Amino acid sequence: MFRATLKSLLARKVRLILSGLAVVLGVMFVSGAFVLTDTLGRSFDSTFADAYSEIDVNVAAKPKVDVDEFEGEQTANPLPAAVVDRVKQMPGVASATGVVAADGARIIGSNGKVVTSFGPPQLGENWTGESELLRLREGRAPQAEDEIVINRALATSAKVQVGQTVGVLTAFESKKRDFTLVGVFGYSGDRDSIGGANEVFFTTPVAQRLMLGEPDVFSSITVQAADGVSDEKLRDDLAGALGADYQVKTGEQLATDAANGLKEGLSFFNKILLGFAAVALLVGTFLILNTFSIIVAQRTRELALMRAIGASGRQIIGSVVLEAIAVGLIASVLGLAAGIGVGALLAFLFGKLAGGLALAGIGVPASAVIGSFAVGLVITVVAALLPALRASRIPPIAAMQDVATPDRPLTKVTVAGSLVTGVGAVLLFLGLSGNAGGQTLTTILGGVLFAFIGVALLTPLLSRPVVSLLGAIFSWSVPGKLGRLNSGRNPRRTAITAAALMVGIALVTGVTVILDSAKGSIGALAQDSIKAELVIAGSQGGPRPPSFDPGVLDHAKALPGVQMVDGEYGDMAKLNGQSTWVGASSDIASLRQIFSAKPTAGDIDRLGPTQMLASSDTATSRGWSVGSTVNVQLTRGEARTYTVSGIYESGQLLNPVMLPVTAAKDFAIPQPFQGYIQLAPGTAVADVQPQVESLLADSPEVSVADRNAFIEQQTGQLDGLLTMIQILLALAIVIAVLGIINTLALSVLERTRELGLLRAIGLRRSQTMGMITVEAVVISVFGALLGVVVGTGLGAAVVEALKDEGITDLILPWGQMGVFLGLAAIIGVVAAVLPAIRAARINVLGAIAHD
Amino acid sequence: MTATVGQQAQAAARANDVWKVYGSGEAQVIALRGVSAEFERGRFTAIMGPSGSGKSTLMHCLAGLDSVTRGTVAIGETTVTGLGDAGLTKLRRDKVGFIFQQFNLLPTLTAKENILLPLSIAGRKPDPAWYDTVIETVGLKDRLDHRPAQLSGGQQQRVACARALVSRPEVIFADEPTGNLDSRSGAEVLNFLRNSVREHGQTIVMVTHDPTAAAYADRVVFLADGEIVSELIEPTAETVLDTMKKLDTPAEVGN
Repeated sequence: MFRATLKSLLARKVRLILSGLAVVLGVMFVSGAFVLTDTLGRSFDSTFADAYSEIDVNVAAKPKVDVDEFEGEQTANPLPAAVVDRVKQMPGVASATGVVAADGARIIGSNGKVVTSFGPPQLGENWTGESELLRLREGRAPQAEDEIVINRALATSAKVQVGQTVGVLTAFESKKRDFTLVGVFGYSGDRDSIGGANEVFFTTPVAQRLMLGEPDVFSSITVQAADGVSDEKLRDDLAGALGADYQVKTGEQLATDAANGLKEGLSFFNKILLGFAAVALLVGTFLILNTFSIIVAQRTRELALMRAIGASGRQIIGSVVLEAIAVGLIASVLGLAAGIGVGALLAFLFGKLAGGLALAGIGVPASAVIGSFAVGLVITVVAALLPALRASRIPPIAAMQDVATPDRPLTKVTVAGSLVTGVGAVLLFLGLSGNAGGQTLTTILGGVLFAFIGVALLTPLLSRPVVSLLGAIFSWSVPGKLGRLNSGRNPRRTAITAAALMVGIALVTGVTVILDSAKGSIGALAQDSIKAELVIAGSQGGPRPPSFDPGVLDHAKALPGVQMVDGEYGDMAKLNGQSTWVGASSDIASLRQIFSAKPTAGDIDRLGPTQMLASSDTATSRGWSVGSTVNVQLTRGEARTYTVSGIYESGQLLNPVMLPVTAAKDFAIPQPFQGYIQLAPGTAVADVQPQVESLLADSPEVSVADRNAFIEQQTGQLDGLLTMIQILLALAIVIAVLGIINTLALSVLERTRELGLLRAIGLRRSQTMGMITVEAVVISVFGALLGVVVGTGLGAAVVEALKDEGITDLILPWGQMGVFLGLAAIIGVVAAVLPAIRAARINVLGAIAHD
Repeated sequence: MTATVGQQAQAAARANDVWKVYGSGEAQVIALRGVSAEFERGRFTAIMGPSGSGKSTLMHCLAGLDSVTRGTVAIGETTVTGLGDAGLTKLRRDKVGFIFQQFNLLPTLTAKENILLPLSIAGRKPDPAWYDTVIETVGLKDRLDHRPAQLSGGQQQRVACARALVSRPEVIFADEPTGNLDSRSGAEVLNFLRNSVREHGQTIVMVTHDPTAAAYADRVVFLADGEIVSELIEPTAETVLDTMKKLDTPAEVGN
């Protein structure tokens, strides 16, 4: 039996490879994700271990507001210089150095644009001398106020040279300040940066003023232990002496913490990759199920013969499952190998993008190997189980008969399909309406999965009428008509093939519906509620939002034709101990008018230095009313008490809490992110815009745009997201194309005799190819049609659920849907090429001569 | 040896010193050894011979389904030998009809659609009078909308016959047309083939190993070891059987 199975496997190499390919792609994603995470994780570890290798113990003040990885960068709380002196005096300390290191030092490159970062920090630091790790490569250390030294990688990307004047934006000044570049440094091991960070070194007083906002403070203290004192002991001693306001960590701990922070972000990326693996594998399951069903159908006689000569039903199942295991194993091995390649490639690209992260060697973690084989084998075997069962039910007598497999009724599968679709719908409803009890995402994903399987089960029933309708387009020619009839002749096979395509198209359509609706809703909202004609804003490339010099706001207000100007600041703050996003406006009365905010209580037109405003939703949920007092801890400074003086109606574009502009100096970024300019009636936008533009000459991160361009710019960020998702989901569609090729190839094989007959009675080669092509096009357009319908349904459901979040307009991307259908037709043509050539090459005599 | 028949009528199909060799060296098999034969217009010819005698090969070569190693084959005025795929396709469309042992109907099409298929492929309209005649003769008037799976073997083969006849080809090649039928259905089909020759002047070449079937023909050509060894005009089942018996003995000795 084993030998027979092996032989039949070898005889069917090509088609098994085709179906195995789907598994290969899915497994590739799985192992790629693990390899990438592992490689980058180890790279981070070694990078930070190295970066902190010269620190025995580090002392920092406790941050005032905790910020997690997804909300932005943590801003260090400065500690007074006196602490450095105190630490120096302590026993066991050999030396203690006050260090300034804060994010937000941005170099303006030789092209006049700010050098951006896609993730690694842009540190502004104080020069404390060279070390084993850090060496000047060119020039000298900064000595004067207007001198800086930068790392080699930054000098390269900014295209600046020692001796040149370089514009720098700093944490406390988003207005360009000119410095002379006096030196360029690098790290040991010929590295131009550590982990891609951009570093700018100032003299200590300048660094303190520009990066920390006040003189005589430091971000942290680097401590060297005296001989014979262990790092851990020194840490505990220092911690005990300094008290709970300070965090004391060993260099090792610091490295681990820093690496872990990045790894958290990485695990999110890992989950996304695994999500796409799941999609690829779902589609692959359809493909394998179909292949094995067809193979079993074609081998009916052979399997019946086995039964006739004494094989048991169990042995038949065993032989089919064995085939599946073999395919799954081979596919897993290939997928694992491909995944290691993909993981390495992604890690390499990531390293490049992050500005030269030194990669640790590519490693293959056990999780990648185990995950690959588990996923590959389980998916293949599960998909083959149904066909195996069917094979075991073939009666021995089938070996003697000319098997005319009658169409089994579709009742059972239709009932099952309706049930599964129903379960999917219920899950979706629960998940989207927020009744899933904390398992919202799982419930929604489960709902989508069930919906897909359910619809796939319903497809055979749908395929008859839809396919014959679609095929009617081609029925004017004989090959077209034959192709149409062929695509309708095995509804199950057509259905599964089409369903595989459906999954990919449905996901793309669903995402497009959601994002287009979001875009449209936000656009419409902004159009309706922003009264400003001009908006100052930049597009965010890295973790730090672009900001500009607040002086621009005053100058803009003085321009002729300008009626109102409002600059917006924002940060995470602790309000009564709870993290909340707070905003501040340079002119609260203008803000109110520009955004048409409506008061529900109190006065929202003015704001005293200890007053705050809250949105109605926030006020309700926190139990605030006019007159309530709130304890507010900002990123910097001491906690203060504010009194709620007004409440405004919640709106999509309004912050939950507004503080007076005086509070903004204690925000992590004490500069405005956006500015809104309303013109006096009758003033032309074109008259004012260039003047504002020239005001922004020293704030190159932002630009001024009219309202439409601003809305476009803001919603345009969704387009990038959409494109990325579409590219990744295209993979699912590629797998589905393999499925169509596979089904057609097998059908051609199955119909050899028929094709021979058609050729014998005068069908030309080109007509034969046309016939196969029509069949493929009908199947793929059917799949796409299902996908578009299902995707629209899913998308509309999500949009409906997000109604309260402000996505109020359901926008159906008709154009895109048309493109998908057109694409499906092309996919059909492409998928038909090989099977069609094969069909056209059929040897007429071989096909019809009796066997 | 050459069959010297067919002087009285113009030939619908002709083989001239046809050789067919498969393989090479040790594995070489000579299926046809210089066969020359003519098949007259308006006659029903049977090709007989023991299995392995080359009768099917001869028919495949005549019909342009298989190439010849040496010699030429012609259908009517057209020389088949040397035609490319396009030429052969056109030949099959316009000049040749086929009837197979396994019927070979398209399961997706109704009987009527199957019958008209060669014409629709060629983009031609059937001659309504001739179509009616054919349907009348095969006796399938009330079964035209059925699919092959709903027809008996005999009915399916009659549909196949009608399909071959409806385009009025120069010659119809029938490959063991009764091989898969019971004797009554077989007799029906053979009667029908004979009538189409007698009443409508159709030319039919039929390969068979069944003496009863061969007896329906006007003439029987006997093949053994790739050569034409004998022929009978106006055969009966008995004379065919006798000839076959005579052929068998030397063939076995030869082996």
